[in-house]
Amino acid sequence: MTATTERPDTTERPPRSVPKVSFTDAEAGAKDFPDSDPGARHFNYYKPAKRKQTHYEDVTVEVQPDPRHYLSQGWIYGFADGQTGYPLNWTKLKAWGVDDPPPVRGVGTGGGGAGLDWPAHGWHWFRDPNEEWEQTIYRNNANVVRQVNQNIENARNAKAFDQWSRNWIRFVERSVGAWMHVEHILGLYVFAGNERSGPTNMHNTVMAVNSAHKIRFAQDLALYNMTLTEEVDGFDGTAHLAAWNDDGAWQGVREVTEALPAIEDDWGEAMFATNVVFEPLIGELFRSGLVMQAAPGNGDFVTPTVVGVGEYDYALRDLAWTKACFGPLVQDREFADHNRQVMQDWLSAWVPRALAAARTLQPLWSQPDARPPRFEDSLEIAKNRFSGILSDLGLETPKEVVL
Amino acid sequence: MSRQSLAKAHQKIQELSWEPQYHEPYMKYGTDYTFRKAQKKDPLKQILRSYFPMEEEKDNRVYGAEDGAIRGNMFRQVQERWLEWQKLFLSIIPLPEISAARSMPMLFHAVPNPELHNGQAIQMIDEVRHSTIQQNLKRLYMNNYIDPAGFNNSLRGFHNDYCGTIGRQFAEGFITGDAITAASIYLTIVAETAFTNTLFVAMPAEAAANGDYLLPTVFHSVQSDESRHISNGYATLLMALSDEGNRQLLERDLRYAWWNNHAVVDAAIGTFIEYGTKDRRKDRESYAEMWRRWIYDDYYRSYLVPLEKYGLTVPHDLIEEAWNRIWNKGYVHEVAQFFATGWLANYWRIDGMTDEDFEWFEYKYPGWYDKYGKWWENYSRLATPNGHKPIVGEDVDYVYPQRCWTCMVPCLIREDMVTAEVDGVHRTYCSETCRWTDVEAFRPVYQGRETPNMGRLVGNREWETLYHGWSWDKVVEDMGFVRDDGKTMTAQPHLNLDPKKMWTTDHLKRMGPLLSPNVLFNEMSDEQRAAFVADYNRQGPAGRPAPASA
Repeated sequence: MTATTERPDTTERPPRSVPKVSFTDAEAGAKDFPDSDPGARHFNYYKPAKRKQTHYEDVTVEVQPDPRHYLSQGWIYGFADGQTGYPLNWTKLKAWGVDDPPPVRGVGTGGGGAGLDWPAHGWHWFRDPNEEWEQTIYRNNANVVRQVNQNIENARNAKAFDQWSRNWIRFVERSVGAWMHVEHILGLYVFAGNERSGPTNMHNTVMAVNSAHKIRFAQDLALYNMTLTEEVDGFDGTAHLAAWNDDGAWQGVREVTEALPAIEDDWGEAMFATNVVFEPLIGELFRSGLVMQAAPGNGDFVTPTVVGVGEYDYALRDLAWTKACFGPLVQDREFADHNRQVMQDWLSAWVPRALAAARTLQPLWSQPDARPPRFEDSLEIAKNRFSGILSDLGLETPKEVVL
Repeated sequence: MSRQSLAKAHQKIQELSWEPQYHEPYMKYGTDYTFRKAQKKDPLKQILRSYFPMEEEKDNRVYGAEDGAIRGNMFRQVQERWLEWQKLFLSIIPLPEISAARSMPMLFHAVPNPELHNGQAIQMIDEVRHSTIQQNLKRLYMNNYIDPAGFNNSLRGFHNDYCGTIGRQFAEGFITGDAITAASIYLTIVAETAFTNTLFVAMPAEAAANGDYLLPTVFHSVQSDESRHISNGYATLLMALSDEGNRQLLERDLRYAWWNNHAVVDAAIGTFIEYGTKDRRKDRESYAEMWRRWIYDDYYRSYLVPLEKYGLTVPHDLIEEAWNRIWNKGYVHEVAQFFATGWLANYWRIDGMTDEDFEWFEYKYPGWYDKYGKWWENYSRLATPNGHKPIVGEDVDYVYPQRCWTCMVPCLIREDMVTAEVDGVHRTYCSETCRWTDVEAFRPVYQGRETPNMGRLVGNREWETLYHGWSWDKVVEDMGFVRDDGKTMTAQPHLNLDPKKMWTTDHLKRMGPLLSPNVLFNEMSDEQRAAFVADYNRQGPAGRPAPASA
């Protein structure tokens, strides 16, 4: 016989306290009144870059205010030296209008927003061509980590690492491992380190997104290194530290990498030196010119997929915003000459340094058993790529890289 | 990933920590705090391999809910009283969020602990998420709610409205001045740890009670990131406490940050929750009850007090005084009354209070009706244009208040107003703590100690100054708070969308000019000023004039 449990009589339970649902008919179009037309349903406080406002613009533009526009009471906190908000002199570059005096507001002046020309200066015209906002950041990066995880997992299951020679294992544990430090420093201390410094929300957000790419890539490499330590006999998971700290082939790259976060008070130079100079001449040289070329011949089809997603981030996304940011400054209606000179000066300072560091990597080209293309050939490709970027930006190629 | 795998992976990424060998990074943001290099652990143990898919999944839930809300015609059940206040809230909050992202580099520069930098970098990305997901929610409201006005000019409104400026402290305070004061104490130790509870948990619950389940969907998703940020702040605080030289600064900053957050956040969120709701069930918590639970018990007693044993001087007196202001001095009610007094200077509609509201307020705050009931009856009486002026121009036993120079909320608790002359300007403050913040804390020397990195309070801190002598119709036009017919005002003191019941700028032409309380205060002689202050301190509650002297 089965015992049955009697349920308490629900009528004895005290009434639940819940909010009342009521029909309010508060949906769009329910009534006619001033501003009820569909045409009123767009953000009317900014002008889109193109004919139509984009979703990206809607969630990004004007979030960071500007006293030259509607910010009638001005910035309300200042640094000890008197600077406020997002100073326009935190880079030597200039966009048209920056030297015009900001509106003066005080007793009885009014807010000043209605009569101001807008945009007040050229920085406000910048839009990220990737149109990154939170949804795209997570979709893109989640896809990347899924892809990387699946590739590594497939390789693990297929025992693909068994094909690696001793020399290739040494190369991956030391040199591919060393590269994680480059990405980490750039991500955390160059891109994230400067995302307080840009003049608009659009600039600072692309720096934050670029930072996320780099930090993720650094961690991808670190975790790949951890998997290899577990899967490959004799793989030394700490060898990357020895290479990064002591290997002469890496010290030139390390010196230049560390010089990027040391740039004093110029977010523009930090971005330019990193994405225009360092990345093509050192980053792509190593990633595409060496790792991606050498791996297949050495039985490794996995490492190129891990490195490739980082390469894709730079080539398709980070370089795109960089060109969109710096290119118009070279053609700026007021400061084109100034900006061209500043950027040429930066090229003069950073290109010789980057090339010298690139050359210190040369011994790595002879380490794998199955040799990649010659170092000089890889370097020529990198220089070509670099020249193309400068051409796109409207800058002259420095004599050091003239082919 | 399993927890064990995560721990191992997190351990692995510590190998990325950078010890400069050739060049030290440029330290752009200064602090007067000192830190020894200490191996404080990253409390988050978050790696991006798991972080990105996790956030993507959270996003999918949010956007799925948003689609569902539109398909399910959520706006047929949304209370307009509630959603109108969201025009203010959602104009403010994306800037604090993105400012929190911008504050993280300040911590990279100021806190010498690479392990903590990982957590701060993830917080940076979180904050980009929060800012844009909130802008997106506002966009959805604009597209689907009956009245887009106020959403469609949202950021213009925020940037030139006095309420927006008050809210802007909760953003600029994160990114300007001493790096630790701003990005750690003000942002993570006080704003995030204490006040996001009322912002992102208590307020969304009230939204749901008013038919809006998208605000909780978005903000609970945001709040689930905040726990990581709180851990970031805690780790930095423990590092700061380990150096005794920091304790004087910690005491200063905790007093400033606590009081400013109370003044700003309780003013806004308290008003939204108490005066923006139609849910008048007697057993639903009042803001004061929520505050007692979320802030007094959860933050003060459970988080701050235990830190005393590590040497933190907890501002017990200010926490008790904040509670005193909320419970005994009617802080939230005074603020809501002021918002409604100045409805015409804003960009949202403010519903009047009804008998049902009165009954609830009296039940929750005994004595409320005697103080505020009559004024709200006048508010409803004067709600639609009928030959009279807006309530601010009518005699309803209300004295327009002075502004607090520091927190910029008006000096609504009249007996607490104090003054100071700074740089030749006479300033008024809502409280002694706000006077101290301006006159003593935000200075290059504090209690005899050099504080060269401390920030400054700057800007046109009294909104009325800008429009001193202007006619009200021109003020509203200058701010752009006018609808598409060129004269109907965005703001209204009621919810009736019948164009014949709506105020236009023409109605404002019969008002006298707007006069700045601070300009007038500075035009007084010293004797007049002293008499003015003595009278002001005898005013209230509910803005009533001082009683005639016996």
